Order: sequence, then C-alpha cells, then structure tokens
Amino acid sequence: MSDKTKLPVGYEAIRDKGWLNAHKFLLLRRASQLFFLALFLLGPWFGIWWFKGNLSGSLTFNFLPLTDPFITLQGMVAGHWPALTALIGALIVGVAYAVIGGRVYCSWVCPINPVTDGAHWLHDKLGMTKGWQPKKETRYYVLGMVLIVSMLTGTIAWEFVNPISMVHRGLIFGVGFAWAFVLAVFLFDFAVSRRGWCGHLCPVGAFYGLLGTGSVLRVTANKREACDDCMDCFAVCPEMHVITPALRGSDDDTPLILSPDCTNCGRCIDVCSVDVFEFTHRFDDTPAPGRVRQKSTPAPKADKAA
Amino acid sequence: MSAPKSKKPMDRRRFLKDASRGVAGCALAGMGLTQFVSDARALPAQAIRPPGALEESDFLAACIRCGLCVRDCPYDTLSLAELGLDGPATGTPFFTARDVPCEMCEDIPCVVACPTGALDHNLTNIDDADMGVAVLIDEEACLNALGLRCDVCYRVCPVIDDAITLELRTNERSGAHAIFMPVVHSDACTGCGKCEKSCVLPDESAIKVLPKRIAQAHSADHYKLGWEENNPLVDELIDLPDRLPGSGTDNLAAPGGFLPGDLPDPSMEGGFTSGFKLPGTGGAGQ
Ligand code: SF4
Ligand code: SF4
Ligand code: SF4
Ligand code: SF4
Repeated sequence: MSDKTKLPVGYEAIRDKGWLNAHKFLLLRRASQLFFLALFLLGPWFGIWWFKGNLSGSLTFNFLPLTDPFITLQGMVAGHWPALTALIGALIVGVAYAVIGGRVYCSWVCPINPVTDGAHWLHDKLGMTKGWQPKKETRYYVLGMVLIVSMLTGTIAWEFVNPISMVHRGLIFGVGFAWAFVLAVFLFDFAVSRRGWCGHLCPVGAFYGLLGTGSVLRVTANKREACDDCMDCFAVCPEMHVITPALRGSDDDTPLILSPDCTNCGRCIDVCSVDVFEFTHRFDDTPAPGRVRQKSTPAPKADKAA
Repeated sequence: MSAPKSKKPMDRRRFLKDASRGVAGCALAGMGLTQFVSDARALPAQAIRPPGALEESDFLAACIRCGLCVRDCPYDTLSLAELGLDGPATGTPFFTARDVPCEMCEDIPCVVACPTGALDHNLTNIDDADMGVAVLIDEEACLNALGLRCDVCYRVCPVIDDAITLELRTNERSGAHAIFMPVVHSDACTGCGKCEKSCVLPDESAIKVLPKRIAQAHSADHYKLGWEENNPLVDELIDLPDRLPGSGTDNLAAPGGFLPGDLPDPSMEGGFTSGFKLPGTGGAGQ
C-alpha cells in the first residue's frame, strides 16, 4: 500500500484532471438515468406522448416496442406465452444489452441506482462498517428463487416487490406507498449491507449480468503499468472484485475487465489520476504489460487489497 | 504441492456450507415472496379489469404492468393500481365504475395497445366484452323498484334492451300501479359500468358492476329446466315393460295381460272375479 492510499478518494484525479474530468462518467450516468425517466415523464407532465409506458414495457413513437426481458421470462415461466409485440420488444432490449453490457442497465438506466449510490455515499461519509456481505453467488440464488416462485404462483412474481418498477412506474403513474420499498433498499444498503442490494441481491442485476456475459463494450486497464496503488478505483467500483484480474494481471493476462458483474459505469476511469482505464471493445488486444517489476512480491498482497 | 491438496476438502466443505446457506436463505425469502404474492393477488370486487382481460389467474402471469392500456384509453377510465391505495396487485390496470366507467370504444384501443396479450386480442367486438356483470344490488333504494320512473341506468346502457330491460310488475303497495324493474341479463351485459356510474342515488349506486366470479352462481350440472327448449327432463324415453293386472303378466299371447275370455262380465252378475292371481293362492282373489 502506498501513501497515496490514505488520500481521500478521487483527490489526485481532481487535482490532476480537474473536477469535471474526474466526474465525467458519473455525471453522464446521472444524466442518462434522468433522461430515461424524463422520456416517460414527457407524456404525463407535458402531454408529449413520444414515449409511453415504463421500463417494464413501452412504445416509442407509436412504433418501437420495448419490453423488459426478465419480466417477459417470468411471465413465460408463469405459464403465459406473450403476444408477438412483447416478444419482439424483449428481443430488442435483450440484444441491445447483450452487446453494450448487461449491467449497463444497472448503472445507466435503473432508477434505483442513484438510491443505492446515495446510500453508499452516506455509508462512507459516516465511516460505517461494511456489515453483512452475502456470498457472490447469492444474487443467482435469488434469481432462481424468483423464477421458481413465478412458476409456483403462476404470476410475474418479482413485479410484486421489484423496487425498480415500483419507483419508475410510481413516478410516471402514481406512487402510492411504493416509496416504502425504495426507502427499504436505501436503509438496507446504508445500514445493513454495504452495496448489498445492487451488488449482492438484486435478481434483475443478476439477470442482466448473465445477459451481458459476452458483451462487446468493456472497460480495460490497458495502462495498468502506470498504476500507483492509490486504490481509488477499488473504492469507487460497485463490484470491486472485477478490477483485480485486469489491473493486477501479468503480461499474459488480458487487461479487459471481463466479469459480467462490471456495470460499465466508468467510475474507475473517472477516478484514476493516471488514466489506467478506458472504454474499449472485448476484441481489443492492444498489448498491455503488467506491472512486471513488482510481479514477484506484490501479487499476493494485491489480492488481499482487493 | 501438499498444501493445495489438503485445502481441497476444506474448500468443498466451505462451498457446501455456503451453498446450503444461500439456498436456505433463498428458500426462506422465496416462501416470504410466495406468501406476499398470494396476499397481493386478491382482487377487490369494485376493481374491474379492462375489456378483454384474461381470467385473473392468467392475467397476473401475462400483464407486465406497463400501463400502455392506461395511456391509450381516451376516457382516462383505466389506471394502474398504486401500492396500498388501490386494491388490485400493484401496477396492474383496473377501473372503478362509479368513478369513470368504460365507454366501450368500438376500436377498443386498450386491447390494441396491450403488448403481451394480457388483454386478449381476440376481442374485436366490444359488445362481447366481459368485464363483469351489473347487479341491481339495492332493491330497497332503487327508485324504479319503489315504483317511481327513474330508468336512468336503463337509458344509459350501451346495450339497452339487451343488457338491461324493464320488467313490468304489480305495485303491491298502491295496488293500482306498475313497477318497472331494471333487470340485467348477464349474457348481454359487458360490465362497462355506465349504469353504476349514472345511478341517480347519492354516494353508492343501487346498481353495481361486479366481477362475474362474485356476481354469478352456477346451477348444478344435473339440474334441468324442463321449460327450456331442447332441454328435456330426461335424456331419452325409456321403454319399461308394461305390467298390468291380469292373468299372467308375462303372457306374450296377451300382451296386455288379459285374455279376452278373462274379461269380467260387464253386468257384474255373480260378482267380480279378477283374472289376476297372486302366486301360490290358488287363484282366489282377495
Ligand atoms: S374500451 Fe375504451 S373506454 Fe373502455 S377501457 Fe378500453 S379504451 Fe377505455
Ligand atoms: S397494456 Fe397489457 S401488459 Fe400493459 S398494463 Fe395494460 S394489460 Fe398489462
Ligand atoms: S354494465 Fe350496465 S350499462 Fe354496462 S352493459 Fe351492463 S347493464 Fe349496460
Ligand atoms: S339509476 Fe339507480 S335508482 Fe334509477 S333505476 Fe337505475 S338503479 Fe334504480
């Protein structure tokens, strides 16, 4: 661990690249999240009905149908074969995320993301302990559980509790007491389990992660040689285990972050003062030497740091 | 080399422990979710699903709660249920007839808009819609039932004279007047709720649309209404053997049981002798 580890997260990035550059993807992401909400609010608020529906299913320009593939899958498991429109919609959405990264949904679209990010920010500010950390397979268990319950009850089971649709639909169609689910997620992430919801439990994230296993858009740590061990990327990454293999890999290991858990949020790019990371595609094979000189000793240590 | 070897069983044990813990946790959460889903599935009587909605149990497997039906309803009839405020499963479409009834659009835009088929696209004639059935639920308050001429529910009904008719009855109270009783016929009523909306009584309506599962009873399979056409009391006539008093009821020579000679003398002279013999009594009648 270098002395720099002790500096506040993002300190050097802001100093070296300026505040704006050190928050570029964060700002873009917030803008994107707002954008996807605003699209649907144009109708109810301003009477412009270009985009109708919500994230579960929508119709754009009275022409383009989009459907959430996970909800569609639950419906099928529950015993309803959806009409063609919904199937086409699910296919379009599914293919799109399979290409740009399944969990792009999580970091660029999902309205719960700002909530859990907010919870994490507060959690950090108050210096709380990480709390309960479920195993990394837990989300897949939850995913399986949701599908089983859908089958047993013959309903789209997750939609009875899904905080994502609750908040998105709520803001567009009227929220009722659905905010309670959002509050519950916030409190859970804040007080019970650091990054617990999006990082360990949410079956929607698990589903999209699996969907994007082979996605083309990826983050690479191709300038990993320049890494100065400030550890800021680990501090900001919502799925920090994805960074280690790429950043700490040796010459022969790919610098690409290939884990399906990576949300393509780009915060690591923002926060790195020496620009180790950038967006690329998964076929990028630009040689990226590992940090050969330190290879012998720091490797196990780095593992621990992750 | 020996170190990793000895680690292996440990890893496996740990894996099994973690896995079983995860599975158990999820089973618990799954039971909770199942319970929650079962509770939240109950559909209150006043919440009417849009036209063409599948049977409730199928509907919850089909509807993705996108609200496109809500958006395309030109009369703002439909809304998506809000958690804790409205009865139906949160986010699913419904309407409350007393607030805004369904106007029975000819092109049924709500059904057309539905991407999943939760609203059945086979419904192309709105008169075939089956959202529920109106029931004259309070005959003590209905003005027509009291012998007045209100008729409002009858007049607003889009399927007037088929779905609601006015049936003439004697007004027992006055003894001299008629009662025009609004009567709903479930085969023609679409459940649009126009009648419920328009009932002139303050607050609650005397006529209400209810889901068919609540409003309709079914007679048992073996009941026969003999006066209905093509509905005979017995499936086919059964020809039972004729057994009449007379000598030898199984006498094929005399199918009626009487031989002409056996007939008693119509003048009844010498008393009546029955040709009928009880077995073992020597032929003497009682
Ligand atoms: S038939 Fe017309 S009024 Fe009735 S729910 Fe559908 S869109 Fe609305
Ligand atoms: S359009 Fe269909 S899937 Fe969407 S909310 Fe209405 S009934 Fe449900
Ligand atoms: S609900 Fe009332 S108005 Fe509508 S069809 Fe039935 S009887 Fe007529
Ligand atoms: S509108 Fe109401 S009060 Fe009038 S006849 Fe119909 S049910 Fe009775």
